Amino acid sequence: MNIQSGAEAVARRTGLTARGLCYDAGGKRLIDGMDISIAAGRRTVVMGANGAGKSVLLRLLHGILSPASGEVLCEGRPLDCALRARQAMVFQRPVLLRRSVRGNLAFALAAKGVPRRDRGHAVADALEQARLTHLADRPARVLSGGEQQRLAVARALIGGPDLLLLDEPTASLDPGSTHAIEELIQNAYQRGVTIVMVTHDAGQARRIADDVVFLNSGRVVEAGPADQVLNAPQSNAARAWLGGRLYLDSTP
Amino acid sequence: MTGFGSILAQALGLIASGDAALMEIIGLSLRVTLSAVALSCLIGLPLGAAVGAFRFPGRTALCVVLNALMGLPPVVVGLLVYLMLSAAGPLGPLALLYTPSAMVIAQTVLVTPIVAALTRQVVEDLNQEYDEQFKSLGVTGAGRVSALLWDARFSLLTVALAGFGRAVAEVGAVIIVGGNINHVTRVMTTTIALETSKGNLELALALGVVLLGIAVTVNAAVMGLRASAVRSAYA
Ligand SMILES: Nc1ncnc2c1ncn2[C@@H]1O[C@H](COP(=O)(O)OP(=O)(O)O)[C@@H](O)[C@H]1O
Ligand SMILES: [Mg+2]
Repeated sequence: MNIQSGAEAVARRTGLTARGLCYDAGGKRLIDGMDISIAAGRRTVVMGANGAGKSVLLRLLHGILSPASGEVLCEGRPLDCALRARQAMVFQRPVLLRRSVRGNLAFALAAKGVPRRDRGHAVADALEQARLTHLADRPARVLSGGEQQRLAVARALIGGPDLLLLDEPTASLDPGSTHAIEELIQNAYQRGVTIVMVTHDAGQARRIADDVVFLNSGRVVEAGPADQVLNAPQSNAARAWLGGRLYLDSTP
Repeated sequence: MTGFGSILAQALGLIASGDAALMEIIGLSLRVTLSAVALSCLIGLPLGAAVGAFRFPGRTALCVVLNALMGLPPVVVGLLVYLMLSAAGPLGPLALLYTPSAMVIAQTVLVTPIVAALTRQVVEDLNQEYDEQFKSLGVTGAGRVSALLWDARFSLLTVALAGFGRAVAEVGAVIIVGGNINHVTRVMTTTIALETSKGNLELALALGVVLLGIAVTVNAAVMGLRASAVRSAYA
């Protein structure tokens, strides 16, 4: 496993494939037969209206929810603990531990089995990259929204994942904080980390995406290279969404 | 009322003079109760945390039992421990009856379910909040239990305090297994009971005042700690 967090660390190229993915909760089918492939070493942006199933999809891809039917494959194998350990996820509402900023980062390394003596360097490096060095000993939960989010992304990256899932990491952040988060994501991408990110922001999608997957009502309505989906959407849902019109019909 | 006033004055005088008998009793009380609380935490914290953090068959039943044991009457605990330690009991050969160790055992039996049951509740709530994040980070097993215990540390301080309050104030268990022997097993509560019945109200009231003082001090300390924890969003 790759435990470095520094810019020198190189990720192993890892993609994901979902086949016939379905997920039910509360008597409703939330994810309805999705086929998705996440290309290794690329940046896939997932878009869609509120309630489209983006967060549930990310949990399924991360393996912390099990599909009702269908499967998620990583390098041709079903997702297991060892494969999940090579992924990291930043949740829509990240949970920071009741510890210092440094403590949160060190905890993620400890969970990866990194011995105590090897943590200091990686933590200092991660603090530097997230521009949190001056806040290292602050309690994590008193940081501002932008700082907390930078910490959440830094914590996800510190174990040196090969694939990073991010669920609306910049929702409700100001442009400066958004830029800082995007920079962390782009740096990870440069190191070879596969990126899967949910966003509502078409501008952000244009800046980041190589590929776009557009969801509506638990189905994939459109997927393909970013310029194609963003500039010439074929589906009604995507066209309406990207054109800035309200789209309330649930059929693709 | 003048009677009460003069007794209180004499009691305070006893405390102020650092009366040797009084100090011996207070010292033993604190040693017994703090030992019992420490043992209870050693057992109850990991036990409660494990029950709070994991799903397993029989878990609900275990929670019910733990909650029920929180209300164990001290005299019943005293009786059960007495039966264990008495010459004919299974632990008779250890000859612990009527020693401070016997009192520590009795209070540990009394307080462990309290610590375990309250810890279970605290840890279960926190585990719900952390569950997905922990799954994502790959935090499982003993690592999860210890992380939850650490992050709940300020709530658990209150749990330990509840155990301390229960132990330091109870009389039923320690009087049965300790026997209230002068200079050996005489603690604050048993002395209050004995001296009051003998009419030696000054000593009884002095001990009562000290007992109250300890309760207030410990509570204030824990509340102060919690308040500073809340300021750093650690609580
Ligand atoms: N555990 C659950 N039980 C019932 N319904 C759920 C559950 N989780 C999500 N949902 C529903 O599934 C739909 C998709 O949720 P989500 O993936 O969070 O949407 P979004 O695309 O906004 O991230 C929503 O309608 C939500 O209410
Ligand atoms: Mg969502």
